[in-house]
Parts: sequence; C-alpha cells; structure tokens
Amino acid sequence: MPSEASEPADPRAVRRLTLEKDGPLLVEGPVEVRLEDGTVVSSDRFCVALCRCRRSKRYPWCDTSHRRRTRR
Amino acid sequence: MSDEPTGPRLPRDRGPVSAAVISTLRGGGPPAAGDAAATADPYGDDLQLALYVAYELHYRGFAGVDPALEWDPDLLRLRAVLERRFLDALRADATRHEDAAGALDELLVEPAGGDGVPHVLERSGTRDQLREYAAQRSLYHLKEADPHAWVLPRLWGRAKAGMAAVEFDEFGGGRPERVHAQLFADLMTDLGLDTAYGRYLDAASAEMLALVNLMSLFGLHRALRGALVGHFAAVEVTSSPASRRLAAAMRRAGAGPAAEFFYTEHVEADAVHEQVVRHEVVDGLLAAEPHLERDVAFGIDTTGFLEDRFGERLLAAWRAGESSLRVAIGPDLAHVP
Repeated sequence: MPSEASEPADPRAVRRLTLEKDGPLLVEGPVEVRLEDGTVVSSDRFCVALCRCRRSKRYPWCDTSHRRRTRR
Repeated sequence: MSDEPTGPRLPRDRGPVSAAVISTLRGGGPPAAGDAAATADPYGDDLQLALYVAYELHYRGFAGVDPALEWDPDLLRLRAVLERRFLDALRADATRHEDAAGALDELLVEPAGGDGVPHVLERSGTRDQLREYAAQRSLYHLKEADPHAWVLPRLWGRAKAGMAAVEFDEFGGGRPERVHAQLFADLMTDLGLDTAYGRYLDAASAEMLALVNLMSLFGLHRALRGALVGHFAAVEVTSSPASRRLAAAMRRAGAGPAAEFFYTEHVEADAVHEQVVRHEVVDGLLAAEPHLERDVAFGIDTTGFLEDRFGERLLAAWRAGESSLRVAIGPDLAHVP
C-alpha cells in the first residue's frame, strides 16, 4: 500500500531507500551489491549512491554522470 | 604558556601586513601594520598571507609560537580589519544569486567541452603540473574538512545530523588510514612531494590562500554559518566530476595508486555527500533558519568566484610556460631515473 508517512514506522525494521529525481538511488550503508555477472562489490560508507542511469564509469556506484550537459 | 615545540615554520612575509602578523607571532608584541591593513589589495599576497597566518593559530599553529596568541586581542583586531576588506570585496565582486537553489542548480549542469584545470590536466597534464597542483592544494587537503567542523555546534536537527555524517566520512569513518587528509598525504608521497603540514605555504599563490581563508572565515564566525554551509555544498557538488578528471590525469601520468585513489575515492564519496549536503544540510538549515538563504547563496557564489581565480592563475602560468608557485618545490622525491 502506498503510504504518505514521512518516516518509516519503525526505522530499525524497515530500510528506506531514496530515489533522487534524475539521480541515484540512496541507501544506508554498508551494502553489498551482486552484479549481473555474479560478482559482489561492497561499500561501507554511511550512505551509498547507486547509479540508475547506467552512465557511471564506476557502476554500480554513482559518479554524477547523470547530470545534464550543456554547450556553453 | 610554552611555545609550540613542533609544527610548521613561519612563512616569509609578502608585505607590511603579513610582516606585522609574523613579527607578533615571533614575540614582537602587538602588530604594527599602520595604514597598510586598510589599503592592502583584498585578494593580494600580503593581506591573504596575513589572514592565513592569523587563522593558522586556530588549526595547528607554528613551531616556536605561543599558542595563546590564538586569542590575542591586538591580533584579532587586525584580523577583523583584514576580514572586513576581504568580505567587502567578495560581496561586491562575487555575489550573483539571492537563493540557494538557483546557485546550486547552475553547478549541477556539466558544461560540455569544459576548459578548467581538471580538463587540462586530464588531457595533457605533466607530472610537474600535477606536482604543482598538489603542492598548491595541499594547503587545504592536509586539513581537509577541518574548517567545516566548526559549523557543527551552530547547527541542529537535520542539518547537524547530515553535516556530522559527511564529516565522519571525511575523517575516515573511524579509521585513521582513511582520513581524507591522510589519503592526500599518500597522494603527495606518490608525487614525490614532502607531506609535512605547512611545507608549501611559501610556495602557494595568493589565490590558493584566499580559498583556504574563505573556509576559515566562514567556519570561525557563527554569523557566517549560512555561508559556510553554502560553501561546503558548492565544494561537494563540484568535486565528483572534477575528481573523475583528476583521477584520469593521475592514471595517465602514471602517478601511482595512492594518487589515483585519492580522486577515485572523492568521485564516489562526493556523489553521496552532494545529495546529503543538498537535501539534509542546506534544506535542513533553511527550513530551520530561512533568513539565511542569501548567506547560503553567498557561500556558493564566493566559492565559485575564488575557485575560478585560482584556476585562471594556474592556466595563465602554464600557458606562459611558467610555474604558478612562488618558490620552487624542490626535487621529485619519488623520481626514479
């Protein structure tokens, strides 16, 4: 069920992920990520940004490659 | 009170104001800068070094200098004159936005075909240029995130929790070998530089001193907490893409694993920090204290302004086939012929 709650009912029981608009997926660390080829990578940062745009050169971690680019 | 037994040596003066401050630190009594303080170029070597040396008493001090001078009223009075000149100049020259979101949005767009220092180093940086860049930046990176820690007691709620989390990451997450200042010292070792704190103060140009002075100024004054938060946000938002280019520059020049790691770590860390600082620290601060909006924007604008000046200084020197450093940095300690 969708919920409008601003905080999870019990933060210890539920891990909240945050989707950034046109940006990464934020998840509380540490995390391990199993990639499509079966390899497992890990990060023990307090918060981890996972790439959603597939442009990151450090996939699965976000490297800000999702940003808009302009000619100036 | 006894003098500091260790620490960096006092630098050479760069004019009458810095000479007066250094003389006070040597035990010469109240600083006698006369009219020079009120007329010095706000971005020039003399004023910026005087401020830098006065601020350094709040960090690690200097060898042979009485640490109690940190709170010397005569020194603080002179410092206030210099801070006023620097701030007035920045308000006149750097202010571009009145709202934080507008100032940050501009930074979130990557210009295609950029021509800044990271672009140039990625394309064609020589080992000498990378060493010069690192020697300049060492004035900040060997105390990376220290000036920002001063803001913590001035924040609360979301802003405080977010700021503390990012600072914890900057300080290695509880592991001394991962403290970002230590990672930069490791980079310096790869580049054959001396990692001693304060070693390259004499070599650093006024434009680099001004960048560190901006952080100290914002960090030490509670009244400027909004500007400190804006400054920090600007650094975190711009760091990740620049670090990607600098990591490539280190790889290209064969600088070594620690040199490359410093920047790859910042690509990943600052992609996270950017989100936390924007959503928790900036938004949290402005939800609690909306009257600080213009200060946050000022912190963002001044950071870009002084970063641009620093970049232009480096590129102008390199175009002329020269070094941006004021004195040579000595032989490459890692160089194996």
